[in-house]
Amino acid sequence: MIYFDKVSKVYPDSSVALDNVSFTIEPKEFVSIVGHSGAGKTTLLKMFLAEERPSEGKVYFESTDIHTLRKNEINDFRRKIGTVFQDFRLLPNKNVYENIAFAMEAAGRTDDEIEADVPHVLDLVDLGKKIWNFPGELSGGEKQRVAIARAIVNQPDVIIADEPTGNLDPLNTYDIVQILKKINDLGTTVILTTHNKGVIDSLGRRVLTMENGKVVRDDKQGKYVI
Amino acid sequence: MFWVNTKRIIRSGFFSFWRNGFVSLSSVLVMTVTLFVIGSTIFSGAILKSTLDQIKDKVDINVYFITSANEDDILALKKNLEQLPEVQPPVTYVSRDDALAAFKKRHENDEFTLQALDELGDNPLGATLNVKAKDPSQYESIANYLQGKNALSADGTNIIDKINYYQNKDAIDRLTQIIGSVNKLGFALNILLIVISVLITFNTIRLVIYMSRDEISVMRLVGASMGYIRGPFFVAGALYGFISALVTLILFYPITLWLGSATENFFVGINLFHYYTSNFGQIFLVIVGSGVVIGAFSSWLAVRKYLKV
Repeated sequence: MIYFDKVSKVYPDSSVALDNVSFTIEPKEFVSIVGHSGAGKTTLLKMFLAEERPSEGKVYFESTDIHTLRKNEINDFRRKIGTVFQDFRLLPNKNVYENIAFAMEAAGRTDDEIEADVPHVLDLVDLGKKIWNFPGELSGGEKQRVAIARAIVNQPDVIIADEPTGNLDPLNTYDIVQILKKINDLGTTVILTTHNKGVIDSLGRRVLTMENGKVVRDDKQGKYVI
Repeated sequence: MFWVNTKRIIRSGFFSFWRNGFVSLSSVLVMTVTLFVIGSTIFSGAILKSTLDQIKDKVDINVYFITSANEDDILALKKNLEQLPEVQPPVTYVSRDDALAAFKKRHENDEFTLQALDELGDNPLGATLNVKAKDPSQYESIANYLQGKNALSADGTNIIDKINYYQNKDAIDRLTQIIGSVNKLGFALNILLIVISVLITFNTIRLVIYMSRDEISVMRLVGASMGYIRGPFFVAGALYGFISALVTLILFYPITLWLGSATENFFVGINLFHYYTSNFGQIFLVIVGSGVVIGAFSSWLAVRKYLKV
């Protein structure tokens, strides 16, 4: 489903972010990517979101080379991917309902669909009561749950979670991981990057370990080994 | 889908205007200053034009004829003058009798002068033609025309006694120069002010959008199209402009009312308040139009910078 083919990224100041990286992710897989800061995890994800272009190599989603897509095709492609970030990245001037509705509007969904789906997806992440609150009125864990709701509302093929638990306490971290697991069980591919040893060890799923821009380990039922 | 999107964009623009209350307020204030400058340009242009027109109107030349000149010859010359492209018709003819009557009226309290006039017996005053040019710079060519053969009577004698252009030449020339440079200077100054204030507005809106750059990148990541991201900013920008325009128009009402009566004597022949109310339609269009265009266009340009994710 996702195939990185000998991908390298060298920045103009000749620092190497990715060095000849190749791997495949199958549909419905839950893959964690671990590594020190600067190991190249975020660059890898940006490459997949078409935010960065590889210096060498290709990134395939199904059978399309992502970096040959034109601008409006990139928009369509991004709607098939849900993203969750460490810093939540909610729209501060929109309330919870509107934040999620925005992703649906961007995907061209009708008002009826939006009215029906938003409360439903908020119930899934257990935030039904905060539907009219603004992000500033929510706790970190709640914000991240809104972000996840936004990521899944368009029923994407892949969810990318870039250190989603980095700003959360252990209890909220556990909740978020459980939600991601549930999403994966419902059939969505999940790619998670994290520093959290506990999260990786409790998941017991595939782990890619990165170091200095290279994939140094690829374990089917991995542990956090750095 | 197009209408649904348009509706969503407009709604979202209104919401972001309302929810960013303080930012919107400051943008509106800055834009109000800009529109105020543009409005003041209109008013100062009107004052300048009316004042210059008044001054121009005061400039004329008088052609004095010799007392023995034949009235038919003078009227023929008047006709010729009126056909000149430089001359602003009508050319006013003052006959000898009219001139005498006017002279007597002017000196009705002056016994000695009137007595002296009676002593003369005959009317000592010649007829005159009062000529106005379309533009002050054209008096010279009119005077030259009169100096030439055209001013001869039917039998070939010169009937013109004198033309007062030559006495007033320096004053007229200087006035022509002043009018020309005041016009140019006023124009340049107004353009400069407008450019400066438009740049300030543009910069303010850029700052507003700079604060939203993270938001724009999030919108890009959820796959929103360019137009869908830009639209609400565009609407909010237009809204800034529209509201600023209304504020400006409302502000002009008391200001012109006060200035109108306070300066009516100073600026000859124009009352700013009357000017404002009688030209309200045009001024409304100019102010609201420039507000909306500046606001929307600045937003459009500013967002472009952050769309390259």
